[in-house]
Amino acid sequence: MKLTQIAEILHAQCLTGEIPSQVEVRTACGSDMMSDVLAATQQKDVLLTGLVNPQVVKTADMLDVRCIVFVRNKRPDADLIALAQERGVIVLCTSEKLFEACGLLYAAGLRGTGAAI
Amino acid sequence: MTNDALHLHYTVERDNFTAAGEASSNVKRILKQIGMPPEVVRKVAIAMYEGEINMVIHANGGEIDVDVSPQEIRMVLRDVGPGIPDVNKAMQEGYSTAPDSIRSLGFGAGMGLPNMKKYTDTMEIETTLGVGTTITMTVRV
Repeated sequence: MKLTQIAEILHAQCLTGEIPSQVEVRTACGSDMMSDVLAATQQKDVLLTGLVNPQVVKTADMLDVRCIVFVRNKRPDADLIALAQERGVIVLCTSEKLFEACGLLYAAGLRGTGAAI
Repeated sequence: MTNDALHLHYTVERDNFTAAGEASSNVKRILKQIGMPPEVVRKVAIAMYEGEINMVIHANGGEIDVDVSPQEIRMVLRDVGPGIPDVNKAMQEGYSTAPDSIRSLGFGAGMGLPNMKKYTDTMEIETTLGVGTTITMTVRV
């Protein structure tokens, strides 16, 4: 699935400029606990979370996550966005709640880290 | 990469949650630059990041030394914090002594030490109550 499709499905706004149209993603996870995100060894391309602090970006960076989706209209500050840009992580923002956002993306074909595609 | 060993040293500041993770990020970048396999880079980055967060949450910061050789990456995390009262408990997934203030920041799920063990080939914990903790981890290349 292209990242641009994810933005469309979630009616999400990109806070780090244009979404690169060629970026493909296959796996995602949703959690507000970064330790749990770090515990899953499988590659994840998208991280959906309602937690907004710099450690979300750093966690994403450590795991080579391509895109963070902040749910529930959570708005990161300029410092967080600058950090994400520096680390090459794309940041989206949606008004959907975590459960709904995950469900919408799952229905569209994105999978969790437990299932091989 | 060359056969020369590389030594890196970092100071982790106490109570600076915002800055936590800078050392791990730096190590990740360097390992990538010298051409370490992506899976090795990933393991080192995650294990060290969890360790760094632990040092900020529990131990008033500390010092990290990283030795990189063509065979392995060795990380030594030293702190002069309170020590770990029960290492076996601390190694159980889900066991945490972190306060709610830390959980609200997305950490303290009781996965720190188990994650560090999971992502490394060896991990040794030396801890003395009231003196501090030294954790040595290696990841083979």
